Amino acid sequence: MNQSSPILNISIFGVFVLITLFVVIRASRNTKTAADYLAAGRAFTGPQNGIAIAGDYLSAASFLGIAGAIAINGYDGFLYSIGFLVAWLVALLLVAELLRNTGKYTMGDVLSFRMRQRPVRAAAATSTMAVSFFYLLAQMAGAGGLVALLLGITGTGGQSLVIAVVGALMIAYVLIGGMKGTTWVQIIKAVLLIAGAAIMTVWVLGIYKLNLSSLLGAAVENAPKAGEKLLGPGLAYGKNGTTKLDFLSLALALVLGTAGLPHILMRFYTVPTAKEARRSVVWAIWLIGIFYLFTLVLGYGAGALVGPDAINKAPGKANSAAPLLALELGGPILLGLIAAVAFATILAVVAGLTITASASFAHDIYANIIKKGKEEDKDSEVKVARITAIVIGLVSIGGGIIANGQNIAFLVALAFAVAASANLPTILYSLFWKRFNTSGALWSIYGGLIVTITLIILSPAVSGTPTSMFKNADFDLFPLSNPGIVSIPVAFLLGYVGTILSKEKADPVKQAEMEVRSLTGAGAEKAIAH
Amino acid sequence: MSTVEHTPSESAPDAQKWVDVQASDDFAQLKHRLRKFVFPVSGLFLAWYLLYVLLADYAHGFMSTKVIGNINVGLIFGLLQFVSTFVITTLYVRHANKHLDPLAEKLRGEIEGDGK
Repeated sequence: MNQSSPILNISIFGVFVLITLFVVIRASRNTKTAADYLAAGRAFTGPQNGIAIAGDYLSAASFLGIAGAIAINGYDGFLYSIGFLVAWLVALLLVAELLRNTGKYTMGDVLSFRMRQRPVRAAAATSTMAVSFFYLLAQMAGAGGLVALLLGITGTGGQSLVIAVVGALMIAYVLIGGMKGTTWVQIIKAVLLIAGAAIMTVWVLGIYKLNLSSLLGAAVENAPKAGEKLLGPGLAYGKNGTTKLDFLSLALALVLGTAGLPHILMRFYTVPTAKEARRSVVWAIWLIGIFYLFTLVLGYGAGALVGPDAINKAPGKANSAAPLLALELGGPILLGLIAAVAFATILAVVAGLTITASASFAHDIYANIIKKGKEEDKDSEVKVARITAIVIGLVSIGGGIIANGQNIAFLVALAFAVAASANLPTILYSLFWKRFNTSGALWSIYGGLIVTITLIILSPAVSGTPTSMFKNADFDLFPLSNPGIVSIPVAFLLGYVGTILSKEKADPVKQAEMEVRSLTGAGAEKAIAH
Repeated sequence: MSTVEHTPSESAPDAQKWVDVQASDDFAQLKHRLRKFVFPVSGLFLAWYLLYVLLADYAHGFMSTKVIGNINVGLIFGLLQFVSTFVITTLYVRHANKHLDPLAEKLRGEIEGDGK
């Protein structure tokens, strides 16, 4: 069998870094105001932004995680991609355009629009940071495993060093390029990722003479343990009643989480109008959908051509299915390309998350809470955003080193659970429910956040089983690994109860302004011409 | 339509204007057209997704029934989720372009004062 060549892998990745740094530096030349730095001057077109959204969304968990899950668990891996895709309809139909028309830079702009500014902004910033942190941790933890596989670095020290390098590069992109530079990195990465996956998909299908059925048959033959079960549901989640309920809970969090992910929501501010926001979601849906169809072929292809046993023996376990398939098909060069794309994926997603969290701090907390709106759109807002980006970068390097080796898909699922519980109910209520008020918003954000995180801490994912984060402790009072099935309805209920119980009346004039603006786009933030 | 000249982005329409527009027939029509599409369709695709998840979770035998070669009911059901997502996306864009955008544009022109 062909061997992986670390030097080749590093060289290809180095070329990617040089090209993207060049693009980021060029893109930064026109970055002057807060709208330039935080929303790329609102000058991207719908298709450009759609490709960038696909770049943000197709993280290492999507590419390596889903392909690996299909290779090992067959059909149950495929279920993830369906939830991740259908979720986009929530964003398209209920959130994207209305949000673009109402807000400026952050999710907090929309949630606080007709509420008391300071408490709601503080809550929105808190949950933005929480979601971004879980998501960041997942990406950084994934970097460690990937390095082990691709560069042959198996020691903890070496892996930590690579995590630090990834973090430093990400800080550089965000500091220099702001939202515009970050968006270009997403676009380049998305094109490479989708093209790479397309080539491998055609290659695999070519081997089986374009016959999906024979590919599936070959995957079954090569999986003596799972056998026929690989093709039907239940291999991963079908063991007993609890695991089945856990799957249902995960499925809910996936479909309702996407439209509450702050780094996705922020992307809608980089286009000039709501119509362009709609076009970007449409592009994103097609690209993401087609990509997930590729991963179906790649996953079963890895099962058929590499085999589950060989994948499980590799350093990155399931996450190494796609890279091993590349090695099998095209030798070290294709592996090097796919490895560079996987690295680029982590780098780009981490940069997108960092700029979101730093924008939320600079805009919601610094400009609007500490400076009470007087510093909005001034240079100091950009300065604070840059400093915050450095701090977040350093924290995520540290967190990534600690979380190295944790399950990526699990951490991402947690980010989705928090987004679906704390953010989505509040967004929907404030856009569609006239009576919703400050107290309701605070109850649904903080309530959703607290319930979700408490249930996660009490879950078997954290303690009590051999695969837990803390194997020796035992405080798993809640039986499910994913809290969505409880936390999402509870957060919706809390938003309702908090509104009803408060004596405060919703501000009718502000409500009128928000509703008219959200539907017509009147008074919306315009693009900046340079 | 307005008596006062505004330049589009600089004028901040006063509070009364938002309330007036919200109460206007055109706006009620726009809101109705949006909600009558997005609410039922959201209910529909969420129910369709939930049906799929419940079948995959609790009806393993049915989903594993082979249809053609190694392709079973579950795979077809899963691929249909992709198809329905693409179809709903296309239908919504057509609805928005045809029924929402012209009305929203008209109202926006009136509010921002460039509907002269």
